[in-house]
Amino acid sequence: MSESTVPLEKSYVGGNGEPLIQVENLKKYFPITGGVFQRRVGDVKAVDGVSFTINKGESFGLVGESGCGKSTIGRTLLRLNDKTDGKVYYEGKDMHELSKNDLRKIRTKMQIVFQDPFSSLNPRIKVGDAIGEALLDHGLVSRKELKERVIETMKICGLADYHYDRFPHEFSGGQRQRIGIARALIMNPEFIVADEPVSALDVSIQAQIINLLSDLQQEKQLTYLFISHDLSVVEHLCNRVGVMYLGTMMEMAPTEELFSNPLHPYTKALMSAIPVPDPTLKRERIVLQGDIPSPANPPSGCKFHTRCPMASDICKQEVPEYRNVGNEHFVACHFA
Amino acid sequence: MAKELVAFRNLETHFKTSAGTVKAVNDVSFSIREGETLCVVGESGCGKSVTAMSLMQLIESPPGKIVGGEIFFEGKDLLKLSKKEMSRLRGKEIAMIFQEPMSSLNPVFTIGKQITEPLLYHLNMTQKEAKARAIELITMVGIPRPDKIFHSYPHELSGGMRQRIMIAIALSCDPKLLIADEPTTALDVTIQAQILDLMRDIKTKRNTAIMMITHDLGVVAEMADFVVVMYAGKVIEEASVLELFREPRHPYTQGLLKAKPVINQRKERLYSIPGQVPNPVDLGENCHFHDRCEFCMEICKTKAPPLRAHIDGHKTACWLYEEEGKAQ
Repeated sequence: MSESTVPLEKSYVGGNGEPLIQVENLKKYFPITGGVFQRRVGDVKAVDGVSFTINKGESFGLVGESGCGKSTIGRTLLRLNDKTDGKVYYEGKDMHELSKNDLRKIRTKMQIVFQDPFSSLNPRIKVGDAIGEALLDHGLVSRKELKERVIETMKICGLADYHYDRFPHEFSGGQRQRIGIARALIMNPEFIVADEPVSALDVSIQAQIINLLSDLQQEKQLTYLFISHDLSVVEHLCNRVGVMYLGTMMEMAPTEELFSNPLHPYTKALMSAIPVPDPTLKRERIVLQGDIPSPANPPSGCKFHTRCPMASDICKQEVPEYRNVGNEHFVACHFA
Repeated sequence: MAKELVAFRNLETHFKTSAGTVKAVNDVSFSIREGETLCVVGESGCGKSVTAMSLMQLIESPPGKIVGGEIFFEGKDLLKLSKKEMSRLRGKEIAMIFQEPMSSLNPVFTIGKQITEPLLYHLNMTQKEAKARAIELITMVGIPRPDKIFHSYPHELSGGMRQRIMIAIALSCDPKLLIADEPTTALDVTIQAQILDLMRDIKTKRNTAIMMITHDLGVVAEMADFVVVMYAGKVIEEASVLELFREPRHPYTQGLLKAKPVINQRKERLYSIPGQVPNPVDLGENCHFHDRCEFCMEICKTKAPPLRAHIDGHKTACWLYEEEGKAQ
């Protein structure tokens, strides 16, 4: 294993207080090419200097609108993308410095569940084989034991054993998402990145999957990075939440603190934009004007200033400091 | 009470598939009054979009066919109109906006061309008049620099702007009914808030009736005057929005409301409706929700409950509220 370790700093006591993932000033730029020679003419700054820690047993939520870089963070943590700059440590080991062999070993401990249960399963592979594939590939079980292990995992995820020989098209969206979860779970992972796992599902099915994820976490002491655009789902499932906008972390706090005392104007706007199923409720809604600017050419100073109802001159010129305001509540705003 | 604008009477729209007949819309009746926002809620495959498509007569045939019932619009039965008469109505009296603002605009024509098209066709305007009106419409839906947008192509606009353009096109001929099929599902929440605001604005200013199809109960609570809940091709409950949220009566409606995580109301565990939506092919004549329902009785498995008002204006299709069911 690579020896680049960092002193483990206890920045937040959540889960059991020991950091599992540490992200330091992570940057991921995607090049924009143009012209006849496909020269690099600019960068899409998908993730632009983000730092956070996820403790063991914690579920950390990342929220934000499309294009804010939340999925890119998930993929870069697992090294499914290369980083541009910054560090990602998994139990003190630098993920992006590991050799191919070490990476392969460590990957069995981290798994990902994708958003779209329709495109993330191969239509020609039987569900049982798809779930067991990684176990065989890593040589963790013999062929004999395989079926037993797969069926055991399928049952935990609410699937029946006769589903083993079926193909993905025979399943509904919710069941496919259970297959996706079973595929991740069979490796006995420590850490799961769940990238919008319930966004494509109907409300009644969504609740089933959310409950399954939270049961699994308690039984197996899993650590989650839960990526979603839906604040109400994140509030339900996560201990701590980070709010992103255009590749930057705007605010981060323990869930209760964030929802009872949101400080960043963007977080407040996001919360007030969610329709609440109560027709008697009359709320003062903050409606943000305009669209999200292009991440290829983000605004100067505070990236949110173009849509912020509180913006003043300082916001256009100076990038606000991302600071702890107490109660492990971090925020990047000049006025918070 | 305002006049009835649209009335569905025992509508039946079926699709023939190799596996059997899918009764996508199965004996659906409800009406929409002038200037009212009616929301149709339900999960995927419950027939809410097919109901709207039947009204517009945009059901692809084959495999789909309206096999029974009537759809009245201002007293005329739309199903008896000729193709030409229907085409005169569509886009003029009844307009529709779709879920995918990305795919519902034609990528090879400018925004201006697409907004002026219904004006030239339905209102016989000259090019010049149409352009002036189009620019007025673009301004009305809250897009800055309308002159520039008039000459742009759809790919140059963001998702929220495209949906605004769709709304502008739909409103171009001042329709009496606007059908919105999941208009904000593909959009981010902050953009969704803008679009919902715009639609509310239109409703109050122009007194346009809106038939809104959605799966989001939050959107329903914010927009609707009246709500129709559908499940597996049938209307299972209908009531005014206040009544429905105050006292949902059908176990499915109750389940949907309990299953949704609500911001600032964190619960230990979410309620979840067990099981899944039944296979729509060859459903029997029973309550289609019976195998997921915690109050299921013998009668639910063998006989379909009628949709009846037990309280004033609040209809429910459930044996729990029928004498026949109570007897068990």
